[in-house]
Parts: sequence; C-alpha cells; structure tokens
Amino acid sequence: MSPKQPLDRNGLKLMRRRYRKEKRFQVYCLTALILACLFLVLFLGDIIAKGHSAFKQAQIKVEVTYTERSKEIPLTAVEREYTSILSRGWFRTLPQRLNTHPELLGTSETHWIVAKGDVDQYLKGKPNSLKPEEKELVDQLKAENRTRFIFNTYFFLNGDSRMPEIAGIKAAAIGTIYVLFLTMIFSFPIGVLTAIYLEEYAPDNWLTRIIEVNINNLAAIPSILYGLLGLAIFINTFGIPRSSALVGGLTLGLMSLPVIIISARAAIRAVPDSIREAAFGVGSSRWQVVLHHVLPLSLPGILTGSIIALAQAMGETAPLLIVGMMAFIPDAPDGFTDAATVMPAQIYTWSSAALRPYAERTAAAILVLLAVLITMNATAVLLRKKYERRW
Amino acid sequence: MDSGNALIYLLGGLIPLACMAFFLGRRKALVQEAQGHKLHSQPGFYGWFAFTWMVIPPLGLSVVLASLHIAGLINVPPQVLVAACLTLAALSLVASLHMIQPGLRARSRVEQVIRWMLFTASAISIMTTVGIVLSIIFEAIKFFNMVSLWEFITGTTWSPDAAFLSGAGRTGEEAAKPEFGSLPIFAGTFMITFIAMLVAIPVGLFSAIYMSEYASKTVREMAKPMLEILAGIPTVVYGFFAAITVSPLVVRAAESIGLEAAYTNALTPGLVMGIMIIPFISSLSDDIINSIPQSMREGSYALGTTKSETIKRVLLPAALPGIVSAFLLGVSRALGETMIVVMAAGLRPNLTWNPLEGMTTVTVRIVDALTGDTAFDSAETLSAFGLGLALLLVTLMLNIVSTIVIRRFKQQYEL
Repeated sequence: MSPKQPLDRNGLKLMRRRYRKEKRFQVYCLTALILACLFLVLFLGDIIAKGHSAFKQAQIKVEVTYTERSKEIPLTAVEREYTSILSRGWFRTLPQRLNTHPELLGTSETHWIVAKGDVDQYLKGKPNSLKPEEKELVDQLKAENRTRFIFNTYFFLNGDSRMPEIAGIKAAAIGTIYVLFLTMIFSFPIGVLTAIYLEEYAPDNWLTRIIEVNINNLAAIPSILYGLLGLAIFINTFGIPRSSALVGGLTLGLMSLPVIIISARAAIRAVPDSIREAAFGVGSSRWQVVLHHVLPLSLPGILTGSIIALAQAMGETAPLLIVGMMAFIPDAPDGFTDAATVMPAQIYTWSSAALRPYAERTAAAILVLLAVLITMNATAVLLRKKYERRW
Repeated sequence: MDSGNALIYLLGGLIPLACMAFFLGRRKALVQEAQGHKLHSQPGFYGWFAFTWMVIPPLGLSVVLASLHIAGLINVPPQVLVAACLTLAALSLVASLHMIQPGLRARSRVEQVIRWMLFTASAISIMTTVGIVLSIIFEAIKFFNMVSLWEFITGTTWSPDAAFLSGAGRTGEEAAKPEFGSLPIFAGTFMITFIAMLVAIPVGLFSAIYMSEYASKTVREMAKPMLEILAGIPTVVYGFFAAITVSPLVVRAAESIGLEAAYTNALTPGLVMGIMIIPFISSLSDDIINSIPQSMREGSYALGTTKSETIKRVLLPAALPGIVSAFLLGVSRALGETMIVVMAAGLRPNLTWNPLEGMTTVTVRIVDALTGDTAFDSAETLSAFGLGLALLLVTLMLNIVSTIVIRRFKQQYEL
C-alpha cells in the first residue's frame, strides 16, 4: 500500500456529503440569527409605521364668535355644522379664556381649532367612524385649504383624556419620574450596601450562602408576584394609598433590588485583591479600604448595573397594574401619595381603549418610551466601555 | 399632626443635631490634639463617632414607640414621640461628646456601626424574599380555607363571578355555586408557554451557536446589540404588538387555510412571547457554549471533523445540561410573563388542545381578579393569591434546579 493513496470514489462522495452537511448547518444557524434580527426590524418598523402620524395633528380653520351665550354654551361660538368635527376639549377651555380676556366678548376671529380625533384619522387616511356627511364636510374644508397639520404639542403637554385628540403623556411621564425616583432612592443604597456586605464583610458560612441563593432566586421571580407582595404588604398592612407613586416606587424598588445587588457584587469582585491588600498594608481599616479604594474603582460598574435595573423598572407594567396604577389619571401627581400613572400603564390603558384614535397614540407613546429606554441602555454601555478597567 | 408630619419634624430636628454632633466631636478631638494629646484615630472618626452615637438612640426609640403604637399596645401621640426622641437625641449628644477622649478607639467603634448598617441592609434584601413568600402564603391559606385544595387542582371549571354574585346577596336557585377548578388555567398557561418555547428554543439556540462558533467579530458586534435591544423592550410593548399586529395576521392566516381562529387565540401570545425569550435563551446558551474549553474543540478538529460535526457530536452533548437549564429558565420566564397574555390572550378559561381558540393563563387571571372592584376578602380576589402561590412554587423550582445544574456544569470545566 503506497503511503499516498488517493481517495476512492466512495470516500470522495462521503467527503462531499459531509461538506454539504456542514454548509447546511451553517445556513440553519445564520437563518436563526437573521430571523431574530428580522423580528426586531419588523417590530420596530411596525410600531413606527403605526405611531409616527400621532406626532402631527389636524386643525380646522373656523370663524369663532365670542358672545355672552358662548360663555355658557361654548358650542354656540362656531357655526353649528362644525361642532361635530371639532374637539370638545377646545370648547371646554373657552369660558375660562373669556373670563381672563373679557375684551374678546362681542368680537369674532378666524381660529385654527383642533379637529376631533376621528376627523384627524380621516385626514390621515386611517380607519375612522365619521358619518358620510361629516366626511363630505371635511373634504370640502380640505379643498378650501381650511385644514392643516401641525406638530402635536398636546401629546406632550397634556395628561390623559377621554377625548383622544387632546390626550397626552405628560401625567404619565411625570408619574414615571416620581416612581423611578422612589425606586432608586430605595433600592440603590440598600442594594449597594448589601453588595458591599456580601463581598467585603460577610463570613463564608451557611447564612451567607442562603442569602446568596435567595438573591439569585429573587431576580428570577416573575414580576407580577412583586405586585402581589405590594398589594398584601404595602397597601393592606401598611395602609399606603392604592395607586400612589409611593406604593409603585416601593414595589419596583424591591423588584430591582436583586438586579442591583448582583451587578454591584460583580463590579466589586472585579477589583483585584492587591488593591485591598495594599490599603490594609498602610493601616487602613476595612471601611476605609472600601470607601477610599474599592468603591471608587467599582463605581462605573455599579452605575452601569443600576441604570440597566432602572430601565428595566421603567418598562415594567404587571406589578403596577396589581397595585392599581392603571386608573384613569388625567393630572400629574402633586406628591408621592397622590394617585399616579406611569408610561407603560398609560400604554396599556390606551391600547385597551375602544376609540380608534387611541391606537395611534399608543404607538407614539411606545416610541417615546423606547427612545428613552434605548438611550438609557446606550448610556450604560458607553459608561462601561469608557471606564471599564481590565486588571 | 399626622404621622407624615411627625416624620418631617423628627428628621428636621435630628439632621441638624447630627451635623452639629459631627462638627462638635471633631472639634473636641482637634482641640485635644492641639493640646498635645496623641489621638487614637483620625479626628474625623471622632466626629463620626459623635454622629452615630447621637443618631442611633433616638431612631431606635422612635422605631420601638412607632411599632408599639401600630401594634396597638400603647397610644403615643406623635407630638410626644417627636419630643421624646429629640430630648433623647440632645442627651445622647452630650453623652457622646463627653466620651470623646484621646484614648477612645473611635475608628473601631465607627467600623462596628458601619458593619451593622451593612448587615441591616442585607437583612432587608432577604426580608423581601421572606415577605413575598409569606404574604402570598398567608393570603393563599385564606383562599384554601374557602376552596378545597383538591378542587383547585383537579377542577375543570373556573367561574369566580358566581362568588361575586353570592357575595352580593344574590344566592338564589339561579346563582350557580362559584367554582375554582384551576386545570383549564394551567392548561392554557402551559399551552402558551409550549408555543413560546417552540419559537424561542430553535431560534435562540441556533443563533447562539452561530454567534459563538461561526460569526466573525464584526457580525458579532452588530448582532449582539440588536439582541440586547430585543431583550430590553418592555413587555407591554410586545403585548401591544401582539394584540394589534400579530393577532389579525394569525386570524387571517388561519382563514386562508380554512380554519377558524379567535382574536384572543393562544397562538398569538405564544409566538410573541417566543420572540421575547429568544435573546434570553441565546445569551444564556452563548455563555454556556463559550465556557466549554477550547481544547475539546481542538481535539475534535484534530480527528478531522468538520465544524458542524464538532458542534453536534462534541459541543452540544457537553453543553447539554447547561443548555437544558437555560431552556428551563426560559420556561419559568414564559410562565410568569404577564403583559403579553393580558393584552393578547383570552379571559375565559378554556380546556382545549386547539391553539387557535381563546385560552387564559395564570397571570391573566391574577390581574383580572385584582383589578376588579371586588372586596379584598372575597374568594375571587383571594384566588389570585392561590394562583400566585402555584406560580411562585413552579418558577422557584425551575430556577433552583437550573441554577444548580448550571453551576455544576461550569465547575466541571474549571481548572
């Protein structure tokens, strides 16, 4: 047998088959990855397609006559045929406006007034529930150039409303800030202190090990169960008002606690022991070592983890539904015990609203929320990239 | 003066006093140092010593008084509480300043306090678990006093509304007895979870294999953030996507092949939940596959295998326990997922094998029972805690099993 025997026909065939299999397997894997990325693209594309039009809003130019009568029955300020296509929200503000500007009484002016939600949808070419004669009227106004689209300021400056055309996210955004503030105040110090204790102080005994297992499990408990905890303990036992920012903040605080602890421990553990030993060597006490050396060095990691935990808490809805933060709340809260709502809860209530124009606003609110969340996560990643030290 | 105001007055009194204590303590130490005494610790520690020794007694007193007050053992008007605490604060300030002498081991004392503070913080973290478990168990016990456990596990009808009617005094012949058979609810939960895993496991696992074994560095750096964004999308957003976009698509697709589908079918939340879990499975599997030592791959290549043969015959069998635990973690996440099913799945418990029919899940029933207007002690409200307990037990078990398996797996390949 010669040492260099060429492959026989069968061997070659087998070889080709094996390479084909290899190619096929690689294609399967790539397809899976492409599929995952495709989902993201489709999903974002769908939300943008649904939501972008909510950032502009239809207005209609009409003649407004201010009389004593229009102060009592604001709808009489415009010609009768227009009342059904204009937003009632605008008329509601009329009496107040006449009280502050009495000189307007008896005059008339042409005014751009926010159109009703369905008219807005019709002008954007979306499904709506306008009657045929209303459609005709809107078409006629459009032909006369008496309709226009402007940037939707109501969406950012108003709270929730029963009238979709003037409903906005302001109350929910402020509620989110209140809740997240409380979440951080509560979970950041306790989380970091726990991480310091577990990494720097705790003796390695059964108690510490139980604590560790506990914290790892806490991070994987479904979020809705934190809602049950909030309901049973904070609301029923401690008597914190239902749907207040306080109860929401505490519930989310408990939920993000394990996430913060786990990431802070990882960051503290990454600081090499040589630093601690050097500090001990010059006579530092344990707390001095922690405060002067370990904490400053691990702070970027701790902050990154906390921002990610905060972003997670910001998108969380289920536990807040349980503690009652899904009620109709048109005004921003004035204090921590006032009824409040948050962005995800607002998205939830809008998405289940029956009126069609809300769907567009839901998608727009989602876009705002996603923009904030992606910014937060990107900040966390940049922070990590910039300050990460490999020892 | 209510309790909130009392707290403000208490802190308003304590914080300036505590700052004063710090500066007075440090000043006394500095004066003594200037007089030529040798201090045991840095002057700042004497300040912190005075600070902590002044703050702790009144805070302790206020906690004791407040808890006795809440327990109803004694009646303490808030004014008395604030006055007592602030007096005690002033006394302890004087006492602690008196204790500051050059030989006082201020640093060790302060260290001890800090140690206790850190321990308290960890105790609070632990109390959370205990709190969750206890609060759910207590309410669940109340529920199982009303409804037998056997009926809960084996019953096939879930109609809590009848409980509401009988609670409202409408117990007539026509009012049916409330029934709490959870079987259809769990069937729906597992059906949706199963569909989700059908989507998430292949896509997640294969993309993890591609990322760790085939992808070039640039592809990995592009794909990783995309998966991370997918993982960071709030579930309520997925829910909206499922209800508004996917559900009509599924109904239309079913119609086109001659099937009838409900808008609240189980397939829609299953599919979307699967998409949600993809990044979770892929990052866990990626982690597991990467922890397999390179020598195993090289040994396999040395025998002349192709890449896919190495993956299928060497890497996957070696990684199997870890990957299975990753799947279990994915299952536990799917079981507890709430918003997608609340928005896209049905409300009506339905025991069926057909994923095109409406089904409900444990989390949907929990949300439904707790967002209504029923009284807190009604059987319907408490049923949420019974379901919550079941959910807690199942997810805890899945988590514990999979964390133990993953840890063993990683230890196996560590040197």
